[in-house]
Amino acid sequence: MTYLVGEGLTGGYGSGPSILNGCNISVDRGEIAVIVGPNGAGKSTAMKSFLGLLNLKEGKVTLDGKDITHLEPPARISEGIAFVPQTENVFVSMTVEENLEMGAFLRDDDFTDTRDQIYDLFPILKEKRFQLAGQLSGGQRQQVAVGRAMMTKPTVLLLDEPTAGVSPIVMDELFDRILEVKSTGMAVLMVEQNARQALEIADRGYVLVMGENKHTGSGAALLADPVVRKSFLGG
Amino acid sequence: MTDYLNALVVFANFVFVPALTYGCQLALGSLGVTMIYSVLRFSNFAQGETMAFGTVITIMVTWLLQSWGVSLGFLPTALLALPIGILVTALVLLLTDRYVYRYYRTKRSKSITFVMASLGVMFIMNGVVRLLLGPNDQNFADGERFFLTADAFRAWTGLDEALVIRTSQALTIILAVILVVALFWFLQRTKTGKAMRAYADNENLALLSGINPDRIVRITWIITAALATVAGVLYGLDKGYKPLSYYNLLLPIFAAVIVGGIGKPIGAIVGGFIIAFSEVIVTYAYKKVLTYVLPTDMAPDGLVQLLSTEYKFAVSFVILVIVLLVKPTGLFKGKVL
Amino acid sequence: MSQRPSNAPLHDNTVRASIAFLVMAGLLILIGVTQSWALALTILNLCIISAIMALGVNIQWGYAGLFNVGIMGFAALGGLATIIISMPPVKEAWQAGGMRVLLALITILATISAALFVHKLFQGKRLHGWLIAVVIIIGVVISRYILDPGVAAIEAVNPASTGYLGGLGLPVVFAWIVGGCLAAGAAWLIGKIALGLRSDYLAIATLGISEILVAVMRNEDWLTRGVKNVTGLPRPVPYELELQQAPWFINLVERLNSGSLAGLNSTDHTAVLQTLVVDSASIFVKLCYTGLFALVLILILQLCVLALDSPWGRMVRAIRDNEVAADAMGKDVTGRHLQIFILGSAVVGIAGAMLATLDGQFTPGSYSPLRFTFLIWVMVIVGGSGNNLGAVLGGFLVWLIWVEAEPVGFWLMDALTSWMGDGSGLRKHLLDSAQYMRVIIMGAVLLLVMRFSPWGLLPEQNR
Repeated sequence: MTYLVGEGLTGGYGSGPSILNGCNISVDRGEIAVIVGPNGAGKSTAMKSFLGLLNLKEGKVTLDGKDITHLEPPARISEGIAFVPQTENVFVSMTVEENLEMGAFLRDDDFTDTRDQIYDLFPILKEKRFQLAGQLSGGQRQQVAVGRAMMTKPTVLLLDEPTAGVSPIVMDELFDRILEVKSTGMAVLMVEQNARQALEIADRGYVLVMGENKHTGSGAALLADPVVRKSFLGG
Repeated sequence: MTDYLNALVVFANFVFVPALTYGCQLALGSLGVTMIYSVLRFSNFAQGETMAFGTVITIMVTWLLQSWGVSLGFLPTALLALPIGILVTALVLLLTDRYVYRYYRTKRSKSITFVMASLGVMFIMNGVVRLLLGPNDQNFADGERFFLTADAFRAWTGLDEALVIRTSQALTIILAVILVVALFWFLQRTKTGKAMRAYADNENLALLSGINPDRIVRITWIITAALATVAGVLYGLDKGYKPLSYYNLLLPIFAAVIVGGIGKPIGAIVGGFIIAFSEVIVTYAYKKVLTYVLPTDMAPDGLVQLLSTEYKFAVSFVILVIVLLVKPTGLFKGKVL
Repeated sequence: MSQRPSNAPLHDNTVRASIAFLVMAGLLILIGVTQSWALALTILNLCIISAIMALGVNIQWGYAGLFNVGIMGFAALGGLATIIISMPPVKEAWQAGGMRVLLALITILATISAALFVHKLFQGKRLHGWLIAVVIIIGVVISRYILDPGVAAIEAVNPASTGYLGGLGLPVVFAWIVGGCLAAGAAWLIGKIALGLRSDYLAIATLGISEILVAVMRNEDWLTRGVKNVTGLPRPVPYELELQQAPWFINLVERLNSGSLAGLNSTDHTAVLQTLVVDSASIFVKLCYTGLFALVLILILQLCVLALDSPWGRMVRAIRDNEVAADAMGKDVTGRHLQIFILGSAVVGIAGAMLATLDGQFTPGSYSPLRFTFLIWVMVIVGGSGNNLGAVLGGFLVWLIWVEAEPVGFWLMDALTSWMGDGSGLRKHLLDSAQYMRVIIMGAVLLLVMRFSPWGLLPEQNR
């Protein structure tokens, strides 16, 4: 049984038209799943269906075998799903440490262990712990954002285009960090524009078109598939 | 030399101490506006009337306590009544939030709609305040009138002029310092305070982190009630309670908030002092100071007053205009859009 | 609020408006029959002025979402215009200090030009702000040095009856236009500063300017006689006393009342005719005002309709419906907003001048934010934001409620406290405070309409 499963997801925002048309996405712990596809394919929408921000007409979402299709977003957060938005994903007027603290807002226990683990994972954050998040570079901010999301000790991490707008070098570093996050036993699901690089680190890859699964397979398999290469990876 | 010292004492007595006191009162009022702004994202026009309301409740409780023969010795009895004033005001503000603002919050209305609603709240409070205590002056200060008397000062320094510090002035400064320190401690050190800052910074991310917006909003109103009531009562103890003067505080308060940078607590405090000092400095008649400083034959005939006190809020307005023209974000880079 | 959601129901306004105005007319007739026709006409005249003011505010709010909290100041500027235009000049005062006032005015203008010149010359350089400050301070000191003795001299001239410069002695109707221009000028200044920033900033800035304008009028005795008030403003309509002696008027009254006068003996006839003439004269004067005011109202309404149908109006509506898109398309949103703000304020200024004309006096002490800012807002919101006819209806209805609410409030308080007994101090206090009830009621009306009927009585119609 895969850890996080979305089956036959169909639906859109509010009472609007369906953006997803029966797509299947799943990811296990200690894996990275990547959703790629052209603009408007419903990549971010698919991710948000796991967070409960979508009005699902059909399909179901299970977490560790438990049906969470009808849980509200806050309840899903307590169930262990963490989300990193694409933009405005840090508290710019607060220090790095305060950002992490806010990530742990719902926790009443002592979270210094988790914080130290995150500092081990992202050493730059420890170095800049008393700086305002708004003064950090783009790549560093993304690390703060991921760190903040991990403060609830989630089992699933949803990343919405974590490398949008950062330089290739920073992107490589971010992917390295994400690989390390995965190695802690986290299920990582991310949407990516930089499809090729993302698929290189992906255990599972999903190519979405018009809200449907077009191609599914391991990252390496998709990268090797000539059709995928031609249509979606630019040759 | 003593002439210069005398001039300095006159200046301190009529400009520095009153401006410092007034600045503290403005700072507390402005902090309330800035808190509401950063969490609820609108300029609260009802702040002046909120201050008046808190003061009215405190005055009524004070009178009740006085009729029971309760007093605080050399301190004004109003200090004992203050907590009840804060409590009632907080309750009223929470009710206005529940029945007025919350609806627009859930609808995510534009900020100008909130402003307009706050105007409605302002006038209801305006009526209630006058309904309770009438439109006239009320004096509710008791206890020792002076903290530092003229005689004591003269005896101590041997100067002709005296620096007099009234109890209300000393109390204002002490209470304001305590409140501001407490507020900053709350915002910087406590979990709830940090959550409040987080919510003000990035609402969506705060929700994502599990911060309960209703709780943040409630706490913000309670803090505002406390700040407004204390500011209002101190202002009333210092200058006497008159409902109209609380309405007139609205402009200096807004000016202070915008000068400091809207949404920035530290800005509201600095802004409060800038406005208070400008107002007092510009409207003070310097004849007496200059008589000491200048040679006898150059002593001024007129009052040497830059602006008559009737125009004191023109000072706030001019400062406001300058800030809007030169640096709309204010000194501490508040929000502009 | 200024934007209507696409799914809001469309109401047929013509029917609604007709019914609403018929009800309004019925209420006024009721007052005429049960209380007196003179009172009904007094209320009607103030209704029309309120309607014009509400129209001006509605232009700003309904067309551009601009929140003006300084209506009081713009209305007071209109009142000031009536003095400047219509009062006879006070020659002695002009001789005593007129030159100094003019000179001081020139100094102020020179200071402003100098400040602007320095601003251009030193822009971006260090000391830029300080230099401007120095120029302004020097200018202020010089102008005060020139002005102060002049003001003292002017205010010393027969202070009991004049003590001010007086006006130009022109017909008072010109003051309506000048009042509009003065208000437009103040609006230009404020709009230049506060528009294009946060929407709350305009509200705060207008609040400030209106307080200052009224403070100036209260304290600058040489200009407005301050709290001593200027009374006896010339009228655009005949005086009651003249009418009572005019043969044509007496004949007219006699002919109109021939039925009730017939069959009276000559002494009774003269006495009854006398009272009839006195009553009719007062009604006639009020009717003259009604006619004049209604003319202005219809004119402004018509201009609003024309403006909204013009290309300019289409752009204004486009901006209102989607400010971001209009901005992206290169439309000058702030410029358009400035125009609307000036136009709306000018209309308020005109109404302010009309009000002073109707009162026959200018009383700076009577300008309160409650009566002149808040009440007008209630009118706009109740009537239907964005709809001109709605604003007019709101002006009529809310003014009527405002006038009648005080006695009703008193009556209510009286009934509620009657159990306390006449000796009760609390009862006396509450009865004294009954007047504040109507402020509370108006605040509640504003909040309730905003909440439960945000489009008001007459919603804006989609075009």
